[in-house]
Amino acid sequence: MNDRLKETPSQTAGPYVHIGTAPQAIGRPALPHQPGPVIESNTGEAIVIEGLIRDGSGTPVRDAMLEIWQADGMGRVGEYGLFARATTDFDTGIFRFQTVRPGQHAEGHAPHVAMLIFARGINIHLHTRMYFPEDRETLTKDPDMRRLEPEAVATLVAAEDGKTEDGLPLYRFDIRLQGENETVFFDI
Amino acid sequence: MTTAFYRRDRSQQPLPLSPGYKSTVLRAPVRPLHALEQTVLEQTGPALGHTPLGPLDHDLIRNAATTGDALGERIYVFGRVLDENARPVPNALIEVWQANAAGRYAHVRDGYLAPLDPNFSGCGRCLSDAEGRYLFRTIKPGPYPWPNNGSDWRPAHIHLSVFGEAFSQRLITQLYFEGDPLIPLCPIVNTIPDKDAVDRLVARLDLRNQEPFDCLAYRFDIVLRGRRQTHFENRTEGL
Ligand SMILES: [Fe+2]
Repeated sequence: MNDRLKETPSQTAGPYVHIGTAPQAIGRPALPHQPGPVIESNTGEAIVIEGLIRDGSGTPVRDAMLEIWQADGMGRVGEYGLFARATTDFDTGIFRFQTVRPGQHAEGHAPHVAMLIFARGINIHLHTRMYFPEDRETLTKDPDMRRLEPEAVATLVAAEDGKTEDGLPLYRFDIRLQGENETVFFDI
Repeated sequence: MTTAFYRRDRSQQPLPLSPGYKSTVLRAPVRPLHALEQTVLEQTGPALGHTPLGPLDHDLIRNAATTGDALGERIYVFGRVLDENARPVPNALIEVWQANAAGRYAHVRDGYLAPLDPNFSGCGRCLSDAEGRYLFRTIKPGPYPWPNNGSDWRPAHIHLSVFGEAFSQRLITQLYFEGDPLIPLCPIVNTIPDKDAVDRLVARLDLRNQEPFDCLAYRFDIVLRGRRQTHFENRTEGL
């Protein structure tokens, strides 16, 4: 017996997603309070996350929109949770977020950044997570990661990539939509 | 306190790989999704619907106007945002984008030969009220050709991006218009295998809610994922 309503089906965000969600990417002003790629928070250490999304042929996806949602630097979610949105560069395909290093929000779970990917050719958004290379030890005991093969976990761990021009720690997180080293996507 | 959401019913969703829609061929993951239990992170979300919007954000006919109203068939799009438990979702943020009446997007990457409308940007947004009701005013977008199997044609559609109260409810979709003969021919629509699910993406003409001598109305309800019910709540509802 199931008298629940059914969820509205998803459809691709398409190649013109910028018009409604990131007008600054096409030379128009963002709407007031519309989220962008930079999170200002004094709850933790500022960091930058950069990466590429590659398709099954290895080609960078240049028309994607990404959203992140994470605990603040003290591990608080809900009203303290941090949200940002970025688009991939039309030429290079690079996306870039500035945020703070998230704290641990659930017992035993390694800190992470939840990430959604929307794009042409993606009919329903993909949900992945970015973990930190410093947390490799915790990750082996993390209840979510324990059930994955080490090679699968490796697709979710960012790489330290030096510092940005402003001296912030830079993490590189590349996403592979399909094929060899395909990123793990979740049903949560 | 937060409770978990029902797992997403993927039978109502599009298939990731759908060869009729060429862009999915290299972008759909091959490996199955990995199921995880939710934590409080997925059960909460950004409070984007709690910040007031600009006075014309919900009016695409006027919000980019320079010399006059946008050209085209004037319409309201309205409805309710509900969850799977049929409860209203208040303070939902709905961001919309669409082509103009000629089927052209005001976007650097759209090279379709149809003309731009200097009074239309195709960008808007609105919030749902305490009963989950939302409304925006716009012009009906035109169909447009796109490079897929030669020149395929998209049915008239409006893109909608919805934030409910939790990250688990995040949804981006497209709304179509009742009676459009291009709907069953569209490879993007046909990524959804369930015909009833497709039908729920079709907005219905609603003459009662027209603005006489001004504006037609189309009704479109949106359903987001719902939270699992406790036994106590089930029993209460059964009384
Ligand atoms: Fe479109």
